[in-house]
Amino acid sequence: MSDLPANETRFLADAAALAREIPNGASIGLPPDYSPVAMEAVRALIRRGAKDLKLLGVPVLGLCADILIGAGCVREVETSAVTLGEAGLAPRFTAAAEAGTLKIIDATCPMIHTGLQATEKGVPFLPLRGVLGSDLVKNHPDWKTIDNPYAKGDLILLAKAIVPDVALFHARWADEAGNVWVGRRGELATIAHASKACYVSYEELKPGDMLEDELLAPGCIGAVYVTAVAPAPRGAWPLGVPGAYGIDDAHLLHYARLAKTAAGFRQYLDEFVLRTVAA
Amino acid sequence: MSYAKEELLAVAIAHLIGDARHVAVGAASPIPATGVFLLKQKKPSLRISLLQKRSGNPFTEGSRELFDLAGQGRIDVFFLGGAQIDGEANINLVEAEGKRFPGSFGSAFMYFAAGRTILFREEHSPRVLVKKVDYVSAPGWSPPEVSRHGGPAALLTGKALFLWQKDERRFRLESVHPDSSARDVRANTGFACDEPAVVPMTPVPSGEELDLIRGPVARIIGENYPGFADRVWGKAAAA
Repeated sequence: MSDLPANETRFLADAAALAREIPNGASIGLPPDYSPVAMEAVRALIRRGAKDLKLLGVPVLGLCADILIGAGCVREVETSAVTLGEAGLAPRFTAAAEAGTLKIIDATCPMIHTGLQATEKGVPFLPLRGVLGSDLVKNHPDWKTIDNPYAKGDLILLAKAIVPDVALFHARWADEAGNVWVGRRGELATIAHASKACYVSYEELKPGDMLEDELLAPGCIGAVYVTAVAPAPRGAWPLGVPGAYGIDDAHLLHYARLAKTAAGFRQYLDEFVLRTVAA
Repeated sequence: MSYAKEELLAVAIAHLIGDARHVAVGAASPIPATGVFLLKQKKPSLRISLLQKRSGNPFTEGSRELFDLAGQGRIDVFFLGGAQIDGEANINLVEAEGKRFPGSFGSAFMYFAAGRTILFREEHSPRVLVKKVDYVSAPGWSPPEVSRHGGPAALLTGKALFLWQKDERRFRLESVHPDSSARDVRANTGFACDEPAVVPMTPVPSGEELDLIRGPVARIIGENYPGFADRVWGKAAAA
């Protein structure tokens, strides 16, 4: 394993400071649109001109990936899908894929979870049932088929351990001890556990240590995994934070319509990403 | 009583689910979800796991839990679609004819792990129902050396219902919808399949089923698929 210190979580000023910590060329584990996505940090990555990022969808990607791809920040994606849900196809992903300007490694959801779970355990791979016979297997560089060593005539697929450079997501709360609360969004814990560094933007800072609270502790990711946190109120917008605010469906539809063309996407970037009021 | 096409399809799905105990619904599947919640109205013991449920989501460990549940054999029925579906029940969610689609999602696992998979695609055309898919996201059947718990049960489209014949590895035309015909289905299906001498008509929704769909079911669907509910039942349901 690489050097993974027990973090002393750092408290950064804002999402822009988080984005500055994520280097060009980093592989970034990202949640789907229905888990809190660090959208303000994603916008900050675009404003700082991030390049050559490799996005890992855990297990699928949505708006944040489409905007990063459209803004030219992404070299490669590995994911089980890129979708805007009810708002339809992810237009900039689709355009880049069809133009051949984006490297895409297609996966299937549980193989991504399993690859990250291997890293959580510190083992080089884990097996998963199913998938065999899918063209995904022959096109994926890191999947291997073996004979089940415990039975005869039984093929089984292995997921190689996945180690993202960075986990990036949004949380309802961080606390003064550096823990973050993500509730039932277990895939966020999986990404945090498996990544070399973990950056989290949050809605609100709670005083004290949430691990002292029996009701909050099960929804927490412990500070040992958290590299740095930064405040970003409504930082998931236009996506939602379960229990705090919902997905802005009208904005997603507006994005999906505009981003159908490169010119419309530039207009969206100018209006909602690049034009920020100086504090 | 007049009905929308979406309502006819939802009723067909409720009938197909039959006596399953646990049905899971994955990404962006409002018509299957409508059928599932319709059946729940008649059979309250039915367990439904709606992956994208915005409030009161059934999973406490994130989306990973759906796959772990399925891998243990705890999910009886699941739904999958396809940009292309072929006569051997292979599905393609990745790419065809230079067009890129969102991707395979969990299909390559769920097609093996759920007891029965109902394939659903509203567009019924030779472009979608092809002889051989351009890319296999998930295969319709597996050789003996590949362990497989479940597989396809049926294919429902905007024109017809096909049942999967596991031993023959072929679809059989089960019924055509009232606005189509066996001839129309033949002309728009790119793969060969079996069909009876006289093809029955898909049952239309009863008044009771429509009342349930437009009442309690529309309210649940509106919370989770507001755009779809607005289109089919109007603003009230989508609120």
